Amino acid sequence: MDRIRTLGRTGIGMIESLGASSMLLWNSLMWGGPGSAGFGDLVKQLFSVGVRSLSIITVAGFFVGMVLGLQGYTILVDFGSEAALGTLVSLTLLRELGPVVTALLFAGRAGSALTAEIGLMKATEQLSAMEMMGVDPLKRVITPRLWAGMISMPILALIFSTVGIWGGAFVAVDMLGIDDGAYWGNMQASVTFYNDVVKGIIKSLAFGWVVTWIAVYQGYASMPTSEGIGKATTQTVVIASLAVLGLDFVLTAVMFGGV
Amino acid sequence: MAAEQAYVSIRDLTFSRGERLIYDGLSVDFPKGKITAIMGPSGTGKTTLLRLIGGQLLPDSGSIVVAGQEVPKLKRQQLFELRKQKMGMLFQTGALFTDLNVFDNVAFPLRTHTDLPESMIRDLVLMKLEAVGLRGARDLNPAELSGGMARRVALARSIAMDPELIMYDEPFTGLDPISMGMIVKLIRCLNKALGLTSLLVSHDVEESCSIADYLCLVSGGKVIGFGTPNELMHDGNDEVRQFLRGEPDGPVPFHYPADDYRNDILAGGEG
Repeated sequence: MDRIRTLGRTGIGMIESLGASSMLLWNSLMWGGPGSAGFGDLVKQLFSVGVRSLSIITVAGFFVGMVLGLQGYTILVDFGSEAALGTLVSLTLLRELGPVVTALLFAGRAGSALTAEIGLMKATEQLSAMEMMGVDPLKRVITPRLWAGMISMPILALIFSTVGIWGGAFVAVDMLGIDDGAYWGNMQASVTFYNDVVKGIIKSLAFGWVVTWIAVYQGYASMPTSEGIGKATTQTVVIASLAVLGLDFVLTAVMFGGV
Repeated sequence: MAAEQAYVSIRDLTFSRGERLIYDGLSVDFPKGKITAIMGPSGTGKTTLLRLIGGQLLPDSGSIVVAGQEVPKLKRQQLFELRKQKMGMLFQTGALFTDLNVFDNVAFPLRTHTDLPESMIRDLVLMKLEAVGLRGARDLNPAELSGGMARRVALARSIAMDPELIMYDEPFTGLDPISMGMIVKLIRCLNKALGLTSLLVSHDVEESCSIADYLCLVSGGKVIGFGTPNELMHDGNDEVRQFLRGEPDGPVPFHYPADDYRNDILAGGEG
């Protein structure tokens, strides 16, 4: 009986959280476009969320590209198709690994920072002080962060894929001796702008929206204690990562067919 | 007090947190232009009362009227408008924005709510900082301020928009005697100079009595005493007397409710 009660309570809690986070998203975006709280705030958040994530995205992208190059080579060489390595690396990155790995790194780097920052603002009564000054914290704090996350993610994912393709080229051309022309030429012949690049961007837009939404909600709804903020930060990374992977399957099924 | 106009009027207020009933039919009027200290034992919900007046919490039932407006019935935008035009609040921690320096903290409400040119905002901010004696600290960051200084900056910020009602949440807690003296002086002077209505939540009987026109004692979800400090000092209510004289035992017991002491000890390791 207790288990059923616990299950029911957990279910109701999840539905409540979903409702509360949807209200937060609705009320925040009701304020309008990216610059509704002032472009200064948006630029500050773009720097904090986007620019500060550049180093981890770039380094990770390069390594992922190099690993793809190596793994792809060992498989393709058995079939004498190592010339197709450029195609394999670029399609894998643009369609899948670029948006997904960027989103996972983004959740760990920027998402957790957003949650901690907003949670700490709540714990130190900065959000309450804002409210009592007649300033809506949703407009001032949440809206610019949401937009900054949604704008940054696709750009970071494109940078990840670009650097990854370079990483693949470094391994394939410079280390394994695959023909330079074959690597880039096959890639140009097989990658299409709409099917691969645009669909990858759509994925990263969706991931950026989900990760930032989860991060700001977890911070805004966190218990205003050090334990509460720690828990909220962990929740952000866990929930956002799972949401990204789940959403990736759905988007892949819808955009690339097969299901 | 009967002849004085109430700026904040609360009737039959009921509020609970989960299963715990905080206020049970509380009714009180806070007079306009006066300093009223809200006092009572810890955990009675004094800060909660300020948050209810400010509309940050919604009551289960009852009415809270501030400046003629029924706070719980206001829409989100109307509530923000009321706060912007009429209310200021000083938080216990100061609640300064940690990413802004002292000047920008005080300028924040002015920059957000007005279209004043930067030169005029500068003058206004310096005037507010001069009033709290911190004009020279304008370039410091919140992390560089002492507790007392942070509270004075927060006070300057809360009067930036010239509110009619200002609420102080435990303004004396954790301050050294000099800083406490400064805050006491500022509360008294600002109230007089700006014609504010001030609500002060505090445990410090001496300091509160020295500046408050009225004391409002809250306990058990109700008002157990309201009057001038002198009136309440001579009040016949045991609970009022215990609180104001700081007696360790009385209607509010020294011991947290527990089983019989003798039985508890003799029970040995069973418990």
